[in-house]
Amino acid sequence: MMTVRSVVRILISALREIFDEAAYTRFLDRKQIASSPAAYAAFCREQENRGPKPRCC
Amino acid sequence: MLDGMNRPLSILVWGVISLLAAGATAVVAVHRSEPISALWLVAAATCCYALGYRFYSKFIAAKILALDALRATPAERLENGRDFLVTNKWVVFGHHFAAIAGPGPLVGPVLAAQFGYLPGTLWVLAGAVFAGCVQDFVILLFSVRRDGKSLTEMAKEETGALGGIVAYAAVIAILIILLAVVALVVVNALKDSPWGTFTIAMTIPIALLMGIYLRRIRPGKVLEVSVLGFILVLLAIWGGQWISLHPAPAHVFTLSASTLAISIIIYAFAASVVPVWLLLAPRDYLSTFVKLGTIGLLGIGIVAVHPTLHMPAFTRFVDGTGPVFAGKIFPFAFITIACGAVSGFHSLISSGTTPKLIARETETRMVGYGAMLAESAVAIMAIIAACVLQPGVYFAINSPAGIVGQTAVAATTTISDWGFPVTAADMQALAHAVGEQTLFNRTGGAPAFAVGMAHIFSQTLGGGTVMALWYHFAVMFEALFILTILDAGTRVARFMIQDALGHIYKPLGRTSWYPSIIFTSALIVAAWGFFLWQGVKDPLGGINSLWPLFGIANQLLATVALCVATTIIIKMHRAKYATVTLVPLVWLVATTFTASWHKIFDLNPRVGFLAQAGFLASAPATSATARLIFNNRLDAAVTGVLLVMVMLVLIESARQWVGVISGRKEARVKETPFVMTRLTEERA
Repeated sequence: MMTVRSVVRILISALREIFDEAAYTRFLDRKQIASSPAAYAAFCREQENRGPKPRCC
Repeated sequence: MLDGMNRPLSILVWGVISLLAAGATAVVAVHRSEPISALWLVAAATCCYALGYRFYSKFIAAKILALDALRATPAERLENGRDFLVTNKWVVFGHHFAAIAGPGPLVGPVLAAQFGYLPGTLWVLAGAVFAGCVQDFVILLFSVRRDGKSLTEMAKEETGALGGIVAYAAVIAILIILLAVVALVVVNALKDSPWGTFTIAMTIPIALLMGIYLRRIRPGKVLEVSVLGFILVLLAIWGGQWISLHPAPAHVFTLSASTLAISIIIYAFAASVVPVWLLLAPRDYLSTFVKLGTIGLLGIGIVAVHPTLHMPAFTRFVDGTGPVFAGKIFPFAFITIACGAVSGFHSLISSGTTPKLIARETETRMVGYGAMLAESAVAIMAIIAACVLQPGVYFAINSPAGIVGQTAVAATTTISDWGFPVTAADMQALAHAVGEQTLFNRTGGAPAFAVGMAHIFSQTLGGGTVMALWYHFAVMFEALFILTILDAGTRVARFMIQDALGHIYKPLGRTSWYPSIIFTSALIVAAWGFFLWQGVKDPLGGINSLWPLFGIANQLLATVALCVATTIIIKMHRAKYATVTLVPLVWLVATTFTASWHKIFDLNPRVGFLAQAGFLASAPATSATARLIFNNRLDAAVTGVLLVMVMLVLIESARQWVGVISGRKEARVKETPFVMTRLTEERA
């Protein structure tokens, strides 16, 4: 049961990382702000300035 | 997992896996009399991957790289919560796999299936275990030991300034050719297909809606909005069927290849200049969501249905006369399948985001070597999807009209004469079953893969009645992430060009300055748009010239990556083990240089660019003749320039190797000095 739970936890963590949800949470923590349209806009700007993520063929 | 077993049990288990690998591979390789089950491919692949991972990657990790769990990685030393971040190894694995697996491992193996199922299968297995995984693994580790430096930076530092310049030029060239060829795949999948065109067109407003939802309604809830987007895409697939059944809307969405090409060029330019959050990011999320889900589903489907492979082990086209693309099995099978076996592009990911997330050096083995094995498994699935089709059907879909004839009767007669029986009625029935008007001349691999995938899925869920829905789901799945690559690739290339132009005129280097954005976007889109247009207008279907060009460019980048890796290994005083990267390097040099030579100088007009130009010059002139001659000469020049550049890197690297081994040159690697990790087990 514990193994299943830990697999699910890692799967969700991986998905949150792949889909940048975790990056947004870290951004909020780093800036000490709550989630809002303005905060997300700032996060998007920061992501954009880092350049696009390369995607392979 | 099995590492922890006691020794006799471990020997027994790995002995059984070795026997299974040998047995299944022997069945795949030797069996000729009747069609075999796809499960033999699955068994051979699973066992070979397990052996490669357990023994070969462990050997590399221990003897060459000497992975050190106590050495702090850049994720730990430079942690900033953004680029550098200590991350769980499974999370990094998912991240890395999502970045390396695109349409390449699906399209290449489908095209190479014209030689039969065996050449592609053996190359994917051996290529991945001995070349692709090794490249990804060592480049990842070397980048980790250099603060996450990129391949171009490492090439500059370890092999000389020339290495950096060539790597940079190769990346730009690959991006341009890649974008053109994947755009052509989409054009060929959607031409004269109102259902497919409507569904893909709908993904634009869906992505915009997702962007606004993420920004205004539920900031940052990407997984939630991806599920919503996925449901909307499913509705768009269903709506596409309605569109295709009603003449007036069907007429609106029935577009020719030229119209689709122009639309895609305009779309990509627009997508490259609008803010990322509005279109690119939501589409990227949606396509990744669909990609991961569909790959998982396809794997389950193949194991559940275990379909029969109807394609023979070898076809008559190993002699180079194939209709899908011209050229003999050597070297063309090995450049047609890049992703899935060895892909130079991966070295950019391995020296990009991933090294900045790795918590411990020892994890590079699982992430670098392991994720490439997973991609190779996707390529095996693509081979299965193509080879479950009757060979006559496969060739009818993938052959250009210029080879098999313009009409259904002419095409089926030609293909049947090759020994692959198919009738016009069969093709009509299949087209009807998948909701298309015709499936003839759908070159590019994507439609054949979609038919194969629909065939497998419809046997698992829903039966023949829903085959059309599965087919369009498969087309949507491929087109969606190809369009994402168009968006993202155009942007990546734009950033690289802006970076270079910034040295000439500073404002051009500012990524947020709109005149620079528009100028460089137009430059990139014009470059790949030119090749796309050339492909659309090519009487031989475009894929015949563009896919080999892409394969050559991609494998030449792998050659550069392996040159860098070999140089570092020799400088690390591990010259006696340098064959680990040297053998794949020699193989890649042999295949890509031979392929390049054929593409430039082969006397067969279907193979050689210059011969094709000469043939066109001697034939009665049409309004397009001058353009086609120019295009072929340009393709020859591009191939030649890439070849010469990589040759220079090879010579430069070889000079380094000889210098270091003979003691004339100091063996100094540019690694970051050792720092002891402070990570506890739990945090890592």
